Amino acid sequence: MTQAVLSDHIAAAHGDARARALKGFKLGDVAFHVLTKSSAIAVLLLLGGVIVSLVHGSAPALGEFGFGFLTSQAWNPVTEKFGAGPAIYGTLVISFLALLIAAPMGFGIAVFLTELCPHVLRRPIGVAIELLAGIPSIIYGIWGMFVLAPVLQTTLQPWLINGFADIPVLNDLFAGPPYGIGIFTASIILAIMILPLIASISRDVFETVPPVLKEAAYGIGCTKWEVMRSIVAPYTGVGLVGGVMLALGRALGETMAVTFVIGNAHKIHASILGPGTTISATIANEFTEADGAMYTSSLIALGLVLFVITFFVLAASRLLLARIKRQEGR
Amino acid sequence: MSNKFLRATLVAAVLGAAPALAADISGAGATFPYPIYAKWADAYKTQTGNGLNYQSIGSGGGIKQIIANTVTFGASDKPLKVEELEKNGLVQWPQVMGGIVPIINIEGVGNEQLVLDGPALAKIFLGEIKTWNDPAIASLNPTLKLSDTPIAVVHRSDGSGTTFNFTDYLAKVSADWKSKVGSDSAVEWPVGLAAKGNEGVANTVANTKGSIGYVEYAYAKQNKIPFADLVNKEGAKVSPTVESFQAAAANADWENAPGYYQILTNQPGAKSWPITAATFILVHKQPKDPAAVGEALKFFNWAFKNGAKDAEALDYIPMPDNVIGMIRTTWATEIKGVDGKLVFKGD
Repeated sequence: MTQAVLSDHIAAAHGDARARALKGFKLGDVAFHVLTKSSAIAVLLLLGGVIVSLVHGSAPALGEFGFGFLTSQAWNPVTEKFGAGPAIYGTLVISFLALLIAAPMGFGIAVFLTELCPHVLRRPIGVAIELLAGIPSIIYGIWGMFVLAPVLQTTLQPWLINGFADIPVLNDLFAGPPYGIGIFTASIILAIMILPLIASISRDVFETVPPVLKEAAYGIGCTKWEVMRSIVAPYTGVGLVGGVMLALGRALGETMAVTFVIGNAHKIHASILGPGTTISATIANEFTEADGAMYTSSLIALGLVLFVITFFVLAASRLLLARIKRQEGR
Repeated sequence: MSNKFLRATLVAAVLGAAPALAADISGAGATFPYPIYAKWADAYKTQTGNGLNYQSIGSGGGIKQIIANTVTFGASDKPLKVEELEKNGLVQWPQVMGGIVPIINIEGVGNEQLVLDGPALAKIFLGEIKTWNDPAIASLNPTLKLSDTPIAVVHRSDGSGTTFNFTDYLAKVSADWKSKVGSDSAVEWPVGLAAKGNEGVANTVANTKGSIGYVEYAYAKQNKIPFADLVNKEGAKVSPTVESFQAAAANADWENAPGYYQILTNQPGAKSWPITAATFILVHKQPKDPAAVGEALKFFNWAFKNGAKDAEALDYIPMPDNVIGMIRTTWATEIKGVDGKLVFKGD
């Protein structure tokens, strides 16, 4: 009996220490929980704050110009008439053209790296692509303005203008004069900048294809092209689109490089060789000089428009990438 | 309002970080006179120890900043009308004059080899003359070999007094320009690339083949960008020189111009350069900080007395002596502190 009492006693003492220890753990857990939770909530608050301040800041301009702000081509700091039409048009067009150039190239690079490339070359090319992604955008801008633009002005642009001069529609699309800088040059610079993103995402996506599928295809005598077309492409299609959308998100917001070579003209030209502007280039160029409430507010409204466009593009790309993750899991 | 607050905090931050700058005279505005203001400020600092902090943000910005009272003086190449001066309680005077020149980048065409007249210039900037060998240009330059290089127009992206004077000239010589575009410190350009400031236009033209732009003369000369000669109101071909700017400026009748409102483009006289302009300084009639305005007036008075040589070295034209006398009278009668005391103490 004494023994039982003793062991009870020990158990009780033991339980005490255990309870204390557990309490300590619990306190730590709660602190950790609160700390991480508040960090996470801070992000939400920041995002909310950005949205609120954008909406608040753009209210005067949107109130003054209404929905016409989105389509108007006016941009006159003196009479304080502002419209986002050319900036939205420029942003969408150069992003689209950049994707048109970069997406096929990026896919090509990814296919070569995952399927065809000899092992010796795989690393150097991979590293080169990563380095391309690491170049600061201002350097692309300077290079575009001082090297690429003069070259395009004297070679490719006159050739395009003269070559398509007699073909309807195309002669409007490639109408002169060759300025060197403009929508077209900005698209090329942008394409180079988003190429690494598309190439590396596509490579990762291609690597999710189970080897057994490809081996089976090779086993029944498919060529490499047939394997890519009929096995890899259908398996990864959604992921590729997701990657392209991510690249589009980057292209839409790219500022410095584009600002250098876009031409800053608040006008919509039919010709893609003409000068234009983008939302981010307009804001970067003019915010320092925006005097007067309406001017500042119009620039903030431009920011809001860009925010909304980017939000939808990123949401769409997330959705698509989530779908390929589910596919992978099956 | 938030904008003003932001600027105020920025200014406070800058001043707080560098107390030595606190005594500096602060001004903002036109890029047109920036080279000469910078030179004057440099000489003034070595002589008196007082610095000048001038931000060349464009005339539009200068006018808005002085109205918002964030700087001691504003600078503009576009004079304000008397009503505008009164409405905002401002005084303006011309500080220096200069010329605006068309700068070009055409292969094989050097400095002052090309001649243009007003109507041709207007048509180029309207986008109606598209190539350099257009008959309208060729007839003015019978000896020059011009190719069919397309013309790339370059203009300002910011509100600018240089633009105001340039478009004012085009509106005077071309009815089409007047009705389609008009004249102001920023207009809706039918064609062309836009660049920020005189510096930006100079760089873009230097970098774009077949281009034409317009800048204050010092920017063309210092960057060694070829410029074109112009045919003036009398039909005479003139080069941009101090003499031709002076010939145009001599027509100005400052005495009968209330608020010194004078635009010097398209002046008569066989020797007159057609795009000549004065550049103006704006201060508050009843400044919040009379001491700061007093310092600014001291600087401008010093510039009137000692700055003529520097101005001419950079191809600006100093104001004539009688006009300087009128301006001193204006300072001594119109600018007063809240207590009614004069801000300008004279020499």
